[in-house]
Amino acid sequence: MHEMALAQSVVDLVLDQASGGAFVRVRTVRLSIGALAQVDPRSLEFGFDVAARGTVAEGAELVIERPPGSAWCTDCNKAVAVAAHGESCPGCGGYQWMLVGGDEMRVVDLEVE
Amino acid sequence: MCGVCGCGTTKEGVSAHGHEAPHAHAHDHDHAHDHAHDHAHDHAHDHAHDHAHDHAHDHAHDHAHDHDHAHDHAHDHAHAHDHDHDHDHDHGATGHASPSARVDAGQERARREARLVKVERDILEKNDRFAAVNRRRFADSGTLALNLVSSPGAGKTTLLVRTLTDLKGGRPMAVIEGDQQTSLDADRIRATGVPARQINTGKMCHLDADMISDALADVGVPEHGVLFIENVGNLVCPAGFDLGEASKVVLVSVTEGEDKPLKYPDMFHAAGLVLVTKVDLLPHLDFDVAALEANARKVNPRAEVLRVSTRSGEGLGGWYAWIEARCREACAG
Repeated sequence: MHEMALAQSVVDLVLDQASGGAFVRVRTVRLSIGALAQVDPRSLEFGFDVAARGTVAEGAELVIERPPGSAWCTDCNKAVAVAAHGESCPGCGGYQWMLVGGDEMRVVDLEVE
Repeated sequence: MCGVCGCGTTKEGVSAHGHEAPHAHAHDHDHAHDHAHDHAHDHAHDHAHDHAHDHAHDHAHDHAHDHDHAHDHAHDHAHAHDHDHDHDHDHGATGHASPSARVDAGQERARREARLVKVERDILEKNDRFAAVNRRRFADSGTLALNLVSSPGAGKTTLLVRTLTDLKGGRPMAVIEGDQQTSLDADRIRATGVPARQINTGKMCHLDADMISDALADVGVPEHGVLFIENVGNLVCPAGFDLGEASKVVLVSVTEGEDKPLKYPDMFHAAGLVLVTKVDLLPHLDFDVAALEANARKVNPRAEVLRVSTRSGEGLGGWYAWIEARCREACAG
């Protein structure tokens, strides 16, 4: 359940933005969690609800975007789409690809009042 | 005049809170709003706000009811009082009636406004900041830091004890042990004469970079030597947490499955070295080491793979040579 630690980090980032009374309530927290990121979104949602209690983020809706994985295949010498680690390149069937996107875990923005 | 809302994706949130916000904290909101604007500008998020005002509001009202539901649930569990307020508000919002003062329509709307605050920050930002500090510290002292990870029982502590015993008298070494509970592992390490610090993670399933910073204050950084960090036995969670190490070393024993790298790809992808342990047991098992290695390379084509047995000593020379080569890199850096 490292999602709990990640959820706490999300709440900490929100509180950091709220410091000094910038806003008193968060309606929506938008995250970008890549398809190959090391986190289970449902566990993260659960953890967020718990971690947000008693803060300006309490009751906020977590909106999670899932950008797909993209990689550079060094055999094909071109960019390819990948869904998971350990999958072969859709172009050549090999495994010599390097992930270039789709493993990010970011807080994108907040809708606040 | 509408709150800053980026687009359609946030409209639900707008309506959700639209009803509720004014109820609970009417006074707070008046004040808050003044502050809010000051801050927004300070932080150079002008773009977000300027844009947002135009777009958001139309959307906000469409879905109001759906969101009321969502909110009621959340509050049912948490605060009985909020619930009472919800009801007051439903009425108040429609009639704009307030028992004490008549709320100006403009203010009412202003309170309901949502703004969009751009964040664009990595969720692991804090951990990564500590990791960067650790990494700089290791670089300054020419220390090779290795993060040993595996499922429970793959033989991390046993390998460490043997390694420390065999390499004693050479480069300085230190160990940080992570376990949910007990200091048993650190006790085993200290018996070799090498300084060790036990971290008990409690309910946490992994070590993070901040814990390592704390432990370093205690165990010290072995200059031009090796710091071994034995992570919590867990093939999932420690993969995502950079501790500032030069490399993750993942252990997988031959009593596990050949498909482990495919089942737990994040960890094998993050590792610089795969140690196949307990190979002295191979004559008694139907374990295909080549298949394991092939699976590891599918997940991580750049990973080195070494076969070792702490018990028989087989392959340990290769492991020690790997450490020494990485040490030279660390010292040179």
